Amino acid sequence: MMKKEMIAMLLAGGQGSRLGVLTEKVAKPAVAFGGKYRIIDFPLSNCINSGIDTVGVLTQYQPLRLNTHIGIGIPWDLDRNEGGVTVLPPYEKSSNSEWYTGTANAIYQNLEYMEQYHPEYVLILSGDHIYKMDYEVMLDFHKANKADVTIACMPVPMEEASRFGIMVTDDNGRIREFEEKPEHPSSNLASMGIYIFTWKALKEALVALRDQNGCDFGKHILPYCKEKGERLFAYEYNGYWKDVGTLGSYWEANMELIDIIPEFNLYEEFWRIYTKGDIIPPQYISADAVINRCLIGEGAEIYGEVHNSVIGPNVIIGKGSVIRDSIIMRNTSVGENVTMDKAIVAEDVVIGNGVTMGFGEEVPNVEKPAVYAFGIAVVGERSVIPDHVRIGKNTAISGITTPEDYPDGVLAGGQVITAKDGETA
Amino acid sequence: MRAIGIILAGGNNNRMRELSNKRAIAAMPIAGSYRAIDFALSNMANSHIQKVAVLTQYNARSLNEHLSSSKWWDFGRKQGGLFVFTPTITKENSFWYQGTADAIYQNIEFLKNSHEPYVVIASGDGVYKMDYNKVLEYHIAKRADITVVCTSIKDPAEVERFGVLRMNEDCRIEEFEEKPMVSPYNTISTGIYIIRRRQLIELIEKAAQEGRNDFVKDILIRYKNLKRIYGYKIDTFWSNISTADSYYKTNMAFLDPEIRSYFFRQEPAIKTRIDDLPPAKYNPGANVRNSLVSSGCIINGTVENSVLFKDVFVGSNCVIKNSVILNNVYLGDNTHIENCIVESRDTIRANSYYCGDKGIRIVVEEHDRYTI
Repeated sequence: MMKKEMIAMLLAGGQGSRLGVLTEKVAKPAVAFGGKYRIIDFPLSNCINSGIDTVGVLTQYQPLRLNTHIGIGIPWDLDRNEGGVTVLPPYEKSSNSEWYTGTANAIYQNLEYMEQYHPEYVLILSGDHIYKMDYEVMLDFHKANKADVTIACMPVPMEEASRFGIMVTDDNGRIREFEEKPEHPSSNLASMGIYIFTWKALKEALVALRDQNGCDFGKHILPYCKEKGERLFAYEYNGYWKDVGTLGSYWEANMELIDIIPEFNLYEEFWRIYTKGDIIPPQYISADAVINRCLIGEGAEIYGEVHNSVIGPNVIIGKGSVIRDSIIMRNTSVGENVTMDKAIVAEDVVIGNGVTMGFGEEVPNVEKPAVYAFGIAVVGERSVIPDHVRIGKNTAISGITTPEDYPDGVLAGGQVITAKDGETA
Repeated sequence: MRAIGIILAGGNNNRMRELSNKRAIAAMPIAGSYRAIDFALSNMANSHIQKVAVLTQYNARSLNEHLSSSKWWDFGRKQGGLFVFTPTITKENSFWYQGTADAIYQNIEFLKNSHEPYVVIASGDGVYKMDYNKVLEYHIAKRADITVVCTSIKDPAEVERFGVLRMNEDCRIEEFEEKPMVSPYNTISTGIYIIRRRQLIELIEKAAQEGRNDFVKDILIRYKNLKRIYGYKIDTFWSNISTADSYYKTNMAFLDPEIRSYFFRQEPAIKTRIDDLPPAKYNPGANVRNSLVSSGCIINGTVENSVLFKDVFVGSNCVIKNSVILNNVYLGDNTHIENCIVESRDTIRANSYYCGDKGIRIVVEEHDRYTI
């Protein structure tokens, strides 16, 4: 009988629609982060560094990139004879076939996967947070409290508490009450979406709530467990943790890596973050290049100026170009004499010569003012931007665009272009 | 592919100066991200050779660490794989490898137990890309007994570190001289050979009976009038790193955009062990020009016309010029390094000054690293 003390279930099926065109073709956990990484590398590396060698990754939305990235788990040493990483997409059943309708529903549909490992504990993770955490310490806390459920929480500023699920605890850390995005929060302990369940309690709750529509951990499972009088504890975490759910927080989290000694330090020997390192050669910095406060990935070739930016592997930045406060992901090529201010450019994009990005005033976006904000210009993956166009702030571009898409050669602030893809055109 | 591979990675020589203290030449770091043996290994993998033996004996720690898993080159299959053979004491033999032919002789079972008809022999210190299938086709077309891959060199003074040869119009090798002081010819052997497996076993066993140990002197040169030994001339990039100067030049060659494109961008790719280092970081004060920078580097100073290998820390106000800094080196603040090769895993204290005035200087300090 295969036996694992704790296995992890990593929820990686969400679209992350607040990242706009960045998640148009890939699931949010597969979005690049910090030059060479993808968001899912952080929870996966935390698992292996915490001694968890059995991880089920639940996928649903646009899983191709995620599947390719994870493979059989070699980069994280999760290629195991017993356990290792398993990608778990929704599947057809003899009756009641459905997509994953909620976080807990997705886990419920994979009861069989978990059962084959006879776990004592199950760790539930989401694939869209940037942090380093030792889940083993959290498990010790769970055991010491004889808890049924332990929820990782972090203190947030009181004025921001109303954006989170808030835990109200007693002096021992036992949870007395939940408040989901409360208007007047009575505590500042915010749930990080990381749970340890004692296997029995989890299975019981999942089965009891199996007919719940869109069954969700925060909305249904945790309240159910509390109603039943089970022991729920809040595990307070005080390290760096960032939800990169919006373009603003995604941009900010990348920029924080550039600080001289960043709060979230990728350069520590201890607790290394692993990723699929498929690009090997060193980067080349030309004689005319100027680079200041940057992270730059392998194989990049820089001929222009780059300030305060995060540049992915194999990116080419042409002569005379000036890049500031931007994030450019892998395999993208930027032409000559391009000016770029505060842009996020996804993978495999081609930007022509003489393009200006991020000029003018901030204007609210016409289509999705809440998504395309923060003064950022965003370009989706595999897009093409023709020579000499000017692109304003709070804009979004996806697909292969031509000069005709830019009236008078300009995409004004707040506008969106959704052009056809190369394959479908 | 109808061949197995043998990589001769045992060697070292004092012309690598201090660099040879730590490792065999085949384990020397190249071009920021690679080690010398990656080129021969990747070429074999890219030529679909599935079974490769690496023969090594000099200070193999670095090499063994590098080859600790064969997955990076896509070996480690059920059919074939990567085998590292160091000398072992057996009932018949208790000597180190006494030469290249002896190294093969001591592992003759590897040849006898294979079924592929041909063997590709390569040295571990060449920097090049090659499809060995093309050489094999040529070998078969010429009905050769042995094919020697050769190239021409520009600097006649360099003949003294190579095997120099002359071919007739049919490309059969008629003259072959090992490391002559001067030579009228400029065609040299690259140390890459193709030979039929049974032929190799026969020649190696014969040499062993006669107490002869060197593949070049005792087989190539001795048999050149008896066997059909042909040259296969290449004009693509090939460089050998057996001296400190050639090692420096080979690394600096990668600052040339054509050579970079040839090795870094054009298929098939050269593979190496993945180190999981973060992207390179440029802090305020970084001023980098015409240089290669590898992952894990943190730069606070000036770097010009240089190659930084992985995990190099450059302190504030440092000036690095025309130098090669090997992996995991910490350069303290205000350090000046010019025309140097800095040995790996070293810590150079703040305010140090190193400048190679006549030729390349090799810097080895062996200080402890206190903090980062």
